[in-house]
Amino acid sequence: MARIGVFVCHCGENISATVDCTKVAESIGKLKHVALSAEYKYMCSDPGQTLIKDAIREHNLTGVVVSACSPRMHEPTFRRACAEGGLNPFLCEMANLREHCSWVHEKNDLTTEKAIDIVRTQVEKVKLNHALQPIRVPVTKRALVIGGGIAGIQAALDIANTGHKVVMVERSPSIGGHMSQLSETFPTLDCSQCILTPRMVEVAQHPNITLYTYAEIESVEGFIGNFKVKVRKKAKSLDEKTCTGCGLCTTKCPQKKIPNEFEQGMGMRPAIYIPFPQAVPNKPVIDREHCTYYIKGKCKVCEIVCPTKAIRFDQPDEILDLDIGAIVIATGFDIKHADFFPEYGYGKYKDVIDGLQFERLASASGPTSGVIQRPSDGQVPKNIVFVACAGSRDPAKGIEYCSKICCMYTAKHAMLYKHKFHEGKAYIFYMDIRAGGKNYEEFVRRAIEEDHVDYVRGRISTIYEKNGKLIVKGADTLLGGQPVEISADMVVLATAGVANSGAEELAQKLHVSYDSHKFFAEAHPKLKPVETNTAGIFLAGACQNPKDIPDSVSQASGAAVKVAALFSQDELTREPLVAYVNRMAPPLYSTCVACGLCKPVCPYQAIESEEFKNREGKVIKKAAKINEGLCQGCGTCVAICRSKSIDLHGYSNNQVYAEVVALLNEY
Amino acid sequence: MKTGIYPGCSLNGSARDYNESVFALAEAFGLKLEQVADWNCCGATAAHNLNKDLSLALPARILSLAEQNGMDEIIVPCAACYNRLTVTQNELKRDPELKNRISEVIEMSYNGTSQIINVIEWIDKYIIPELEGKVIKPFDRKVACYYGCLLVRPYKVLGYDRPEDPQSMDIVMSKIGATPVYYPFKTECCGAGFSMSRTDIVANLSGKIIEDAESRSAEAIIVACPMCHSNLDMRRDDINKYWNKKFEIPVIFITQAVGLALGLSAEKVGLKRHFVDVNVG
Amino acid sequence: MNVFSFYVFSPVLNKKKTNMSHTETLTENSSLAHSLEKHVDVLSRKCYQCGKCSAGCPVADEMDLTPSMVMRLLQTESPVNDEKLLRSHSIWLCLTCEMCLCRCPMEIDIPNVMDFLRQKSIKEKKVNPEAKNIIAFHKSFLNSIRLTGRLFEFGLTLDYKRRSMALMQDVLLAPRMITRGKLHFIPEIIKGRAHVARIFKKTK
Repeated sequence: MARIGVFVCHCGENISATVDCTKVAESIGKLKHVALSAEYKYMCSDPGQTLIKDAIREHNLTGVVVSACSPRMHEPTFRRACAEGGLNPFLCEMANLREHCSWVHEKNDLTTEKAIDIVRTQVEKVKLNHALQPIRVPVTKRALVIGGGIAGIQAALDIANTGHKVVMVERSPSIGGHMSQLSETFPTLDCSQCILTPRMVEVAQHPNITLYTYAEIESVEGFIGNFKVKVRKKAKSLDEKTCTGCGLCTTKCPQKKIPNEFEQGMGMRPAIYIPFPQAVPNKPVIDREHCTYYIKGKCKVCEIVCPTKAIRFDQPDEILDLDIGAIVIATGFDIKHADFFPEYGYGKYKDVIDGLQFERLASASGPTSGVIQRPSDGQVPKNIVFVACAGSRDPAKGIEYCSKICCMYTAKHAMLYKHKFHEGKAYIFYMDIRAGGKNYEEFVRRAIEEDHVDYVRGRISTIYEKNGKLIVKGADTLLGGQPVEISADMVVLATAGVANSGAEELAQKLHVSYDSHKFFAEAHPKLKPVETNTAGIFLAGACQNPKDIPDSVSQASGAAVKVAALFSQDELTREPLVAYVNRMAPPLYSTCVACGLCKPVCPYQAIESEEFKNREGKVIKKAAKINEGLCQGCGTCVAICRSKSIDLHGYSNNQVYAEVVALLNEY
Repeated sequence: MKTGIYPGCSLNGSARDYNESVFALAEAFGLKLEQVADWNCCGATAAHNLNKDLSLALPARILSLAEQNGMDEIIVPCAACYNRLTVTQNELKRDPELKNRISEVIEMSYNGTSQIINVIEWIDKYIIPELEGKVIKPFDRKVACYYGCLLVRPYKVLGYDRPEDPQSMDIVMSKIGATPVYYPFKTECCGAGFSMSRTDIVANLSGKIIEDAESRSAEAIIVACPMCHSNLDMRRDDINKYWNKKFEIPVIFITQAVGLALGLSAEKVGLKRHFVDVNVG
Repeated sequence: MNVFSFYVFSPVLNKKKTNMSHTETLTENSSLAHSLEKHVDVLSRKCYQCGKCSAGCPVADEMDLTPSMVMRLLQTESPVNDEKLLRSHSIWLCLTCEMCLCRCPMEIDIPNVMDFLRQKSIKEKKVNPEAKNIIAFHKSFLNSIRLTGRLFEFGLTLDYKRRSMALMQDVLLAPRMITRGKLHFIPEIIKGRAHVARIFKKTK
């Protein structure tokens, strides 16, 4: 015998101003199986919840309907209250009288009628609810951090310091990311490597962190707390244990003219190389694409000179199988290069460079030892034109967004140039100045007031070469669009920040959403910046959107705490409102015939195949099985199952049918 | 595939040399070029500056006539006419209501089915494939290929080559033995229709174009537009006076350059009608 | 309602005379920007004043209002600024070279805006006196076509000289044009001459 308790909330005036709550409570009270029908001003408050708890005990309720706001608001609140009152929380339903009724209609009889209808359907539904227990899923307490830039490093250290194991996978030979390429960082003009390298070393030495560099993610299977990750360790072509990192091989390699990725093509490297002197791990790798031995079968100089005989030409790639509980994506970003701009020469002008290239020129450990000089002839430029918003905020070029960091680093670049070469003239062509961080505005003012950087508001129409100089055609919009032409020695484009190469492929491997610009998608733009829509996978840093170092570090720490929260329990509980495929006694086992229609339609890859074997071990039946850890209860499989073998806990076919019938019938 | 030609008023008048070189090339390759019967002026700059409907109606009449003539394809050697015809075709395609209204104005049915091609496309399609072995006098010079505005812009409507640093003319010239130079002024405006009303602006802008070409050691400027040719060639005295210089670089139509490379005489391709002496090719 | 009309309806500021000349009352939907949106599908509010158009415009140095200024004036949707636009010299100096549209990050059809302003300027008889010769040339050009169906260059020259009174212009050029066969003295009249004349009449 069902005994349902109905509680009609006034929600202050939110509901009662439009809906006659007293009438609703009275009408519902007359229904069959309704043991109690009460109303109160704020059901979610302490006295309101006490009302429910007391009623459960006094009236021996078998089900509760709280007619109030949206379940997205307070379903957990009322479920908890029921549990405390001694009723299984999944025997509690909410009737939405606010978002679905009082907030969208005028005050009149029809609105009250509708409110009564809504409550009636939930009463009929809850009669068919079953008591359910939360699903428990084990958790592997090992985190995977993909990407070894500053965000990845911060996340890894934070997680490792909570006592959990971390595996970090970085695809280039060293960790450090773009931050290791920077000369100085805004707004303090700290030497970038000086503040980064201690952290890099900490990662390498931390007992809880296992670092794989020159490695990539091969595949990811599984679900939150239970990921199965395959990592491909690309062959470095040497024995890391034997190699001492002396670097002799790199000096003897005859192939010296390979464009150096770390130097953004401003310098060269050999085929066996350490990306930069402060690399972690400080061991070389062989670039098989350019190494003479792999191309022609000759050379082997490195093997000959290596004092510890560490070279292993035949080393294969290694695939590692890892059990992972949570993943943090920290793969960073890339920038557009000069060749992206038709009006700036399609990349053919040597002295038109991008921001990262300028960083390498300015950097003390760069290809020019910190002397800013023209790539074309090695001369120190007497003036430099910096072009802000090169590609960003440019729908015609497909990049509508602002890349956030360029205003700041352009000011920084101009300042670095002026500090190194006082007589030089620096121009910055800008549209707006976005300097919203702490001490950022002051930094830009310093560039203008103390370092005499010339800011001109206007975009550059075109750049061309004449007599060894670059003719820059811009305009001063604060003077009515007056044309400004500058004969520049060098032009630095603050190019747009874009998703890193391989982001789309990685997102697809991880089943994580990404946007049209291939940046990874956060679960909620305001309130869930470090989570993705895929449970157990978190985001940190510029892979989500271009951002500066403080924001990357903050986000990384945020992601780390989410991981730690996940690992703080041995088991995860999940809401049991998932789909299930029916099971019954042999010989039928299930009405499911394993037609397989449900598997491809499941957006969460939550449907598996279960085999039933007889005593000899022969498979006598296959049936679909829902992975409770992955299922999100969307109901797509329920709809598509032709034999109606799948149903949804909490939203079963019968329950939905009961609601429809309740609406259609008079009461 | 029936190919028609719309010469336009310039080729009929002061750009006679261009017209002669186009027909000379056609003759050399046995190509038939039938003029759009009873064609009218496309309206050029004046029409779209003063009267929108007129600027669409005049080209629409031309396109309708071409359709009536059964022409699948119309070559338009004048870049301005090419631009106006293509823009009109595009506007009437996008807006069926406008199309009906203009159709009423011109009292003709209009379907917009003919394909409009410019002179470089024509050369690429009909002449380059047959060039093998026919280049008797390779155009062994450094050239600055000047496209002007209306051949490549607006790109969304014309869809031809690329608006920044186009290469189609450069490629044609290199196929006849020339060396195109790096030429950043190749798509800067020459002063267009201001030849009479603001000759000073033409002198200024055309002068910049010429100066840049000469500074890159180009020995000739190659053009594909009669307006540009007129500004750069006929107005040379005005340009020299404005800049207080003596620019001597000749300006040659692309059809003339190809014609010369094939061994056609200077008269045949209309070179004698230029204002600036042509001492190349 | 845009930001500027707020100042008109706010009771506090209604009494004061503000310095901003473009805060006068607008009749609904009468601005040039609105007409542009309706007739030519150009949204002036897309312009964020980057100045790339002015930077690349070959005649920006000559103009009283550069292309980016033209866009800004349109955006204010004020009668005073609309008037400035229609009476400007800039719209006639524009060569319609399409460089601005080619480089505009918002792909705003500025050449089309210029055409629209020119046509409106003529219609409302607000043409800048400095542009007299430019308009004289256009009118002579169209007149020539209306009469014969094709441009008669000699006739164009005579008509232009009549309108502009630049009687001695290019006189020295004429002989050289004649010897090069570039100047014809007899116009070509097409068969459809009357047809073309009708087209002119219908589009008046």
